[in-house]
Amino acid sequence: MWTWFFRLGSPPHVYGVAGKLGLWFLIPALVLLAIGTWGGLVLAPPDYQQGDAFRIIYVHVPSAYLSMMIYVTMAVAGAIGLIWRMKLAHAVAASCAPIGASFTFAALVTGAVWGKPMWGTYWEWDPRLTSELILLFLYFGYMGLRSAYEDINQADRASAILAIAGVANVPIIHFSVIWWASLHQGPTLSKLEAPSISGDMLWPLLTMILAFTLYFLGVLALRVKGEVLAREFQSRWAQDVLRGSTSAGSK
Amino acid sequence: MAIRTDNGPRDAAPAPALGLLTLFWVILARDLRVGLRRWTDASNSALFFILVVTLFPLALSPKAEQLRMIAPGVLWIAALLATLLSLQLLFRSDLEDGTLEQLLTLPYPLGWMLLAKTLAHWIITGIPVVLMAPILAITYHLPATALAVLTLSLLLGTPTLSLLGSIGAALTAGLRGAGVLLVFIVAPLMLPVLILGARATDLALGGEDPTGPLYLLGALLVLALSLAPIVAAGAIRVSAD
Repeated sequence: MWTWFFRLGSPPHVYGVAGKLGLWFLIPALVLLAIGTWGGLVLAPPDYQQGDAFRIIYVHVPSAYLSMMIYVTMAVAGAIGLIWRMKLAHAVAASCAPIGASFTFAALVTGAVWGKPMWGTYWEWDPRLTSELILLFLYFGYMGLRSAYEDINQADRASAILAIAGVANVPIIHFSVIWWASLHQGPTLSKLEAPSISGDMLWPLLTMILAFTLYFLGVLALRVKGEVLAREFQSRWAQDVLRGSTSAGSK
Repeated sequence: MAIRTDNGPRDAAPAPALGLLTLFWVILARDLRVGLRRWTDASNSALFFILVVTLFPLALSPKAEQLRMIAPGVLWIAALLATLLSLQLLFRSDLEDGTLEQLLTLPYPLGWMLLAKTLAHWIITGIPVVLMAPILAITYHLPATALAVLTLSLLLGTPTLSLLGSIGAALTAGLRGAGVLLVFIVAPLMLPVLILGARATDLALGGEDPTGPLYLLGALLVLALSLAPIVAAGAIRVSAD
């Protein structure tokens, strides 16, 4: 029953599985994305206070949630790679970083666009915005460290250590930023996304969160596929794949 | 697993009878001696600290009221930048001349030895900053109570900065031209210390009680003291590969 697990150590097998998984995740993601977009932009009523501007939460909240979730995923994958010396885990961690950075960027941009009509300013030194910005820096540091190492094994281990140190620091950073902001300014409008959200606004949001998560998993699988190929490009099977026999791999 | 401290001798051969404390002092004394001989390196971070602090009145305005207001932030930012600047020297030369590899072969916990090295680094680069800060703060017209809190916060905060920095320095020790990368890696981790330190001084300046952030700074120092050397040891093993 553990063969599926042991076969994860085989790059050509992973290459094939990841390609299939990517499609399996991306197709439902696109369907849910369409449903959620329809529900969020058309079916959900305008907010009594914010009008139609609130609809940006259907992009903003899933992005912000994923930006943090992906960082934790990256650190856990890095730790697994470090502890059990599992190369696939390192490949997953490496593939997480650019996706996570993109979602962090999306959360920041949508937050800024939302902030303009709501707060009257694109940028407010709000604790959530600030910690999100710091998270972006953490992603950049991670990717910078990875690319600085020429040896892939060193890059894997060094960046895994950094991700673990980062994930241990994220709560400290977050609370210090909240505390800093509470000293600096009065209550901001950041409690917009209060839990008191009505059902016809909530279900598109949950759908979008699910869609975004599936989208992340799909893109992650495709990136892992590419990462495995890049790591193994000198091996026989990878050369076969690169020469064009696209169906190679799963066996 | 890469992150670990090896307890006890690795080889069957009897370890040289050097107690852990003695070992700590030996490494500390050695690093202090080496650091003080390269005194230009050591004084660079202090000079950099003074320079940054000098720039702000020139760029903003020399009005006493305004200077007093920005003093906590400016001094803390300058201390952070000075630490970041000095970090590149922490393990680089030891990795290049093989000292680190010698340490790696010793039958002693690597994290413990790195702690001694980091402490030596802080004594050489951090203490001058802590000592200079109140003098520079006087030029910013900071009142005496705030001066004391500023010094205390730096005394509690700069070792934490050095310890966090030792992780980044260990991760980038083997890389060429890793200066900016080191800053990018380490600066976000240092933000809580900056926030707490500057805010403690700010509170004292406003006549409020700064003990809360000072306690938190102390807590962060304890946390960094106990965990950072272990993480740095794991990172050094990667760099020395």
